[in-house]
Amino acid sequence: MKYYYDLHIHSDLSPCASEDMTPSNIVNMSYIKGLNIISVTDHNTTENLPSFLQLCDNRGIKFIPGIEVTTKEEVHALCYFMKLDRAMDFGRLIYDSLPDIKNIPSIFGQQNIYNNKDEVTGTLDKLLLSASGYSLEEVCSLAHKHCGTMIPAHINKKSNSVLGILGFIPPGLKINFVEIHSKSEINEKVIKKYNIIKNSDAHYLTDISEAVNSIELNNADEIYKYLFINSLLNDCGTEGS
Amino acid sequence: MKIIDFAKKMDLYQLYDSKDDIEIEGVYIGDLLSIVMSKAKMNYAWITIQTHVNIVAVAELLDLSCIIVVEDMEVEQETIEKAKEHGIPLYKSKESAYETACRLQSMGIK
Repeated sequence: MKYYYDLHIHSDLSPCASEDMTPSNIVNMSYIKGLNIISVTDHNTTENLPSFLQLCDNRGIKFIPGIEVTTKEEVHALCYFMKLDRAMDFGRLIYDSLPDIKNIPSIFGQQNIYNNKDEVTGTLDKLLLSASGYSLEEVCSLAHKHCGTMIPAHINKKSNSVLGILGFIPPGLKINFVEIHSKSEINEKVIKKYNIIKNSDAHYLTDISEAVNSIELNNADEIYKYLFINSLLNDCGTEGS
Repeated sequence: MKIIDFAKKMDLYQLYDSKDDIEIEGVYIGDLLSIVMSKAKMNYAWITIQTHVNIVAVAELLDLSCIIVVEDMEVEQETIEKAKEHGIPLYKSKESAYETACRLQSMGIK
């Protein structure tokens, strides 16, 4: 059957996202829109993921722990994980590698961490829009080590995309998927080797995808087989982080 | 110009140089490779802070005379290896892109 997804949503923890992007609001909006599988991918942090996992469970939505990493080259790369705890470990490595540049809330907004009751339980000090210390290839292999996978984000946008910054997809990059931005042109030749996902990259509630992008699965758990490299699934749990 | 003289005059650290002589007919400064690919020209020196291995492929594609990585950015070993493989002179400078461009200008490169 068709499973409708949106795997690129920013919570209020991302400095550029609206304050309305609280865990309950995002999950309820996804539910209303008829989405079956969602992921929250904040910039360079995973601190809001635990609240989403619980709320999605309550709504019968499959939640994939995610993050949008800014690589050393300033390419945006989405990473998805099979297990929350591995995602959290990965997220901490990425956050720790950010330069010590403080967020200025008056310019970028608060970087709020929420519990599952939409209460702010803390904030992150470092500006999450900075570039991490890891290259695109390093992010990819680090994601694999954490039972995850990497998908270059909005590759056909001019800014912060692998094509914009690096000119072309590095041939040896171990990826199966690329994310396409629906509103930008894409050269079909560039993407013919890859599978495609289309997401909202929502920073506001209204931007979350309608039930338009779908994957054919027998059950929601098959999303991992679909998104992740099969050999990686078999290795999972044997890798130390 | 002898490549050895060029590096000395420019106060560059050689990561790899492949040639005895270097021809520089112009300069391009840029870090977004998609833009560099559409703007830089043959025999241009390219000044950038980007160190990803793809920079070598871009230099190869456009037949650039050399790559100068500025701001003392750390260059990946893979990038240096690729430069050797393709014979692309690759340098590093502690100076900024602007200071590097000024040096090239003072050497008479327009």
